[in-house]
Amino acid sequence: MVDTLVFIVAAAICLTGALGVILARNPVHSALMLVMTLFGIAVLFVAQEAHFLAAVQVIVYAGAIVVLFLFVIMLLGVDRAQNLELSILPIQRWAALVFATGSLILLVGLIMVVNEPVTGAEAMGGAASGDENVRLLARSLFSDYVYAFELTSLLLVIAVIGAVVLARKPKEIQGAVVEELGDN
Amino acid sequence: MTGDPLYIDGVDLTDLGIMAVKVLVAFTFLLVATMFMVWFERKLISDMQNRIGPNVAGPWGLLQTFADGVKFFFKEDLRPENADPLVFRLAPYISAVTAFLSFAVVPIGGSFGGGSSGTVTIFGRETFLQVADPPIGILLLLAMSSIAVYGVMLAGWASGSKYPLIGSVRASAQAISYEAALGMATVVVVILAGTLSTHGIVAAQSGGFSRWFLVSSGIVPFIVFLIAATAELNRPPFDLVEAEQELVGGFHTEYSSIRFALFFLAEFMNVITMSAIMVTLFFGGPAGPIFFGMTWFWPTVWFLLKVLAFLFVFVWFRATLPRLRYDQLMHLGWKLLIPLILFWLMFISLKELRATHDWNWLATYGAAFIALAVGASLLIAGLRAGDRAYQKELEDV
Repeated sequence: MVDTLVFIVAAAICLTGALGVILARNPVHSALMLVMTLFGIAVLFVAQEAHFLAAVQVIVYAGAIVVLFLFVIMLLGVDRAQNLELSILPIQRWAALVFATGSLILLVGLIMVVNEPVTGAEAMGGAASGDENVRLLARSLFSDYVYAFELTSLLLVIAVIGAVVLARKPKEIQGAVVEELGDN
Repeated sequence: MTGDPLYIDGVDLTDLGIMAVKVLVAFTFLLVATMFMVWFERKLISDMQNRIGPNVAGPWGLLQTFADGVKFFFKEDLRPENADPLVFRLAPYISAVTAFLSFAVVPIGGSFGGGSSGTVTIFGRETFLQVADPPIGILLLLAMSSIAVYGVMLAGWASGSKYPLIGSVRASAQAISYEAALGMATVVVVILAGTLSTHGIVAAQSGGFSRWFLVSSGIVPFIVFLIAATAELNRPPFDLVEAEQELVGGFHTEYSSIRFALFFLAEFMNVITMSAIMVTLFFGGPAGPIFFGMTWFWPTVWFLLKVLAFLFVFVWFRATLPRLRYDQLMHLGWKLLIPLILFWLMFISLKELRATHDWNWLATYGAAFIALAVGASLLIAGLRAGDRAYQKELEDV
């Protein structure tokens, strides 16, 4: 009973947040709605006894990634409603519609085909206590899924280096800065 | 055994009552402690600066904070024209709520060691002297401190004014930078304790001074934690967030009345919570000698005394150290604290691994040393190459 209630409330929060992300006119409000969705998902994790995942969800996604989003939004000063009529590929809207409908059909089909109860499933750490939960997660991450894990981290490192290379100033500008410094 | 023994055999009305009392006591304790913390800080800093400090409201000015609080309630609540109405109102509550929630995981008493597992008996039920002992324990604290960033950040942005915005951008950059060092210092403790639960961490330190993680982790994680915690709290010398000379009041410049009071409350409450967390992680929590067999009394006293010592240290920092420049702040966080604690984390992990698997002492540390030397020379070579390329680029222009 309580499980179902928790699920309904958390799911409602998630969906409201998700709708808010796409409907809010202000990018900062969208980001805040995203935080709400992430919190709802964290509650769902707790409901399935995946305490560690819930904590990581809040620390990493809500605490770091969305903060970074907000940081960029604030620094670049794009925190105003954007005009959607400008700079859009001609087929973009139709393509978005097709992909959205397609993934909705896929998702509903998956849920119907798999025929598992939507809630009440147990996480990997399942009945285990908090620490056992972490231990099991670490064991599967560094044994069964070690290649996937390492490749993902490699991808992230590449992304970071890529960002640094892209953000470096072109030579002319750097030269101008040097000259300016030399003048002083 | 994990979790509070209170809930093991189902939950009835008495259990709920005990829970409610615990929440109420923790809430009141934090509020009152915050009130006296503000007084303590003002009095202490005035002593250190050869001033008298608050001395009118109540004996020794003790009721000064209370008077200020009442005044806040009756002030006009201003909202700037450019402010985002909803977010402007939301931000102070995020700060205050996260400040309250973090304290829930701190064990504030109970006798550990000597066979007892830190439980006390209230109304015939055994329970822990802490509001909650979730399985993720200390991670809850990290989660709350990362959510607390939103309070400051949104306050600055929603004010629709430039100084608060600069203050909040500084605050979020600072918080994100130092969270990494803070988290890794915590991980060292978690590795040594073998558990995430705060109760478990305190239990692992029972049995004398030498078992406190301050000593057994080597003093480095504690120092890193102390510095990172000061930065997380935006306390001097890391108070660039509200540098008066540059930013008026920082993120809360546009706030007035009760909303400002909430920020103020959250800030001082966080100082108390951080001190309590440091006591829990490194100083054995409520550990200390017990006299006259009063096992329910002395641990709480020791806990409070240790927290008080840290509160003193934070005020002392404020009176002694000049504020860091922004580049110095980032340099200290990223180039000094994070590499240092990363190295220490690996060292402690290796030590623990060697102890569990009973590896040969010389082989373990020899291999580690060689790996470190190779890594360091590669890093230095890489840095040199990068530097040379950069110099060449400069000459080409």
